[in-house]
Amino acid sequence: MKLTQAFAMAWKSMSQSKMRSFLTMLGIIIGVAAVIVLVSLVGGFSADLSSSFESMGTTNLSVMLMGRGGSTVMEPDEMMALKEQHSDLLSLCSPEVSVSATLKHGTASMTATVTGGSEDYHLLNGYTLAQGRAVAYADLSARSKVAVIGSYVAQELFDAGQAVGQTLKINGDSYTVVGVFEELGDSSESSADNVVVIPYTTAQRLGRSARITSYTLSATSTDTVEAAIELLESTLYEKTGNEDYYHVSSVSQMLDTVNELTGTLTLVLVGIAGISLLVGGIGIMNIMLVSVTERTREIGIRKSLGGKRRDILRQFVIEAAVTSAVGGVVGIVLGIIAAYVIGSLLSMTVVISGTAVLIAFSVSVGIGILFGYSPAAKASKLNPIEALHYE
Amino acid sequence: MQENRHHALIEFSHISKIYEMGESEVYAVNNVSFQIQKGEFVAIVGQSGSGKSTCMNIIGALDVPTLGEYFLDGQEISGFDDDELADIRGKMLGFVFQQYNLIAKLDVYENVELPLIYASVPEKQRRERVMQSLERVGLKDRVHHMPNQLSGGQQQRVSIARALAGNPSVILADEPTGALDSNTGKEVLAFFKELHREGNTIVLITHDNGIAAQAPRVLRLADGRLVDDCSGAQFRDRLRTLQMEEAPT
Repeated sequence: MKLTQAFAMAWKSMSQSKMRSFLTMLGIIIGVAAVIVLVSLVGGFSADLSSSFESMGTTNLSVMLMGRGGSTVMEPDEMMALKEQHSDLLSLCSPEVSVSATLKHGTASMTATVTGGSEDYHLLNGYTLAQGRAVAYADLSARSKVAVIGSYVAQELFDAGQAVGQTLKINGDSYTVVGVFEELGDSSESSADNVVVIPYTTAQRLGRSARITSYTLSATSTDTVEAAIELLESTLYEKTGNEDYYHVSSVSQMLDTVNELTGTLTLVLVGIAGISLLVGGIGIMNIMLVSVTERTREIGIRKSLGGKRRDILRQFVIEAAVTSAVGGVVGIVLGIIAAYVIGSLLSMTVVISGTAVLIAFSVSVGIGILFGYSPAAKASKLNPIEALHYE
Repeated sequence: MQENRHHALIEFSHISKIYEMGESEVYAVNNVSFQIQKGEFVAIVGQSGSGKSTCMNIIGALDVPTLGEYFLDGQEISGFDDDELADIRGKMLGFVFQQYNLIAKLDVYENVELPLIYASVPEKQRRERVMQSLERVGLKDRVHHMPNQLSGGQQQRVSIARALAGNPSVILADEPTGALDSNTGKEVLAFFKELHREGNTIVLITHDNGIAAQAPRVLRLADGRLVDDCSGAQFRDRLRTLQMEEAPT
């Protein structure tokens, strides 16, 4: 008997008992849909995380100083000198001083985090200028009261009007707005557009703190990230003599950690959904066993007409495989729809993974074959005489 | 398969079928020998428990004997395994059962086509042979009816068409009139006679002496043994004598 014939027979037998076939498939449908939904949502979540990390720049390095008795272990000048000295490894450097402050312009006022940085700050964080200029090297030594603002701040304080050249009050001190950044996020309060950048020297005064506890640097390329980390760590160890006083990390390291984490999360969730697939498989086996008993006489007839063991075996295995494959396809379609519905309700990004769809489909077919095999083998071994006289 | 003129189409040589019932052995068929030539119409008759069903199962390659040899078209098949027997059934035998044994969810065409699918006959040839045999039984206009839309007689004709489609060496009919009313039964029997005239070999198994007597040759079994091997006419005479003996005067 040809394979196409066997498929035609399986399809016919399935379509003649629609309700039963549907109930048989239900376990597979739910299992596959659950796998697709979970993988799509976790996939979207991790894609969001990755892209936000990548927007920070994958070559970025961050140095945190825990201090020693209140004195800074590494002055900005020393860090800059190190960068100049190892320009093959390090390309940009900016201290980071963050101060929470009240901003005022005319009657408009808001609270924001004001960040002090060097002339490299905007480059390290991916900002580009829409108008005016960024913090310049000369501003640092002069401790100029200049500010570069993000698009959200511009919108809130200057009402989308001309901001460059205007005066902005930060905690009561007057600053001149010298530049406005291009929109980087979506210009909302929680985005990267809610930002005010001033020279770090000015920020040290504003925050009444002489300590610089954090630096952002950038390696010359992704290939030099490791070497740059080693350089910074050895320099800092020489200065402090204690590994606990500093911490050097890179965005790509964090990205790896996050990817590892979401990968584990996916595996756990898929594992749980996989249990449903297993239950679905057992459902198929159960129905196939019932079906073999019910169709004992039919099997007898088929054998008396020349049906061999493998013909009967193939018929029942294909029936189970087709049932679970159809269940798999329905589950995939439902899963994709459900993922988008849930994604839009919870405003989560949804990433449909082709691999997940393919694996879900092959697993469901595999389950059909696996669990359909033993009932099919039972059917194929029936004695034709007994089967013919089965009532 | 080698064609051998010197061999009978069906040859039972000292065939016994023994079942073990606990400690004792029961002979369902006990040392039975006979030959059936190509083109014969033979009725095997007997009461229930006479061994006729076991004989049918062995002739039909559904079962193998415990002792003795069974030659089908010169080939000894009692040592064959499941799949080899299935192959023999598909290629050499056409079954007609008392309960028709059509597959309820397949239509008339698909039922008749089934043995040809198992015999791997190509699609185009299958179509021709199915239509031919349905025409032969006069049901060409019911091709796409389901079995439950047909009368008993029509269903039995479909099952005959299914037996014919495979172009078998032997048509094996097990109580083919058993489930039919007497008129329809007669029609079916007349149809077997016609098939016989066309050169088919027919073996009919029945418990009904009256039906058996219409076959040109009758083999009567009792308690697992072959007790009569005679022509239909002789069998009718014997029946008359039996009835006269039994009938109170």
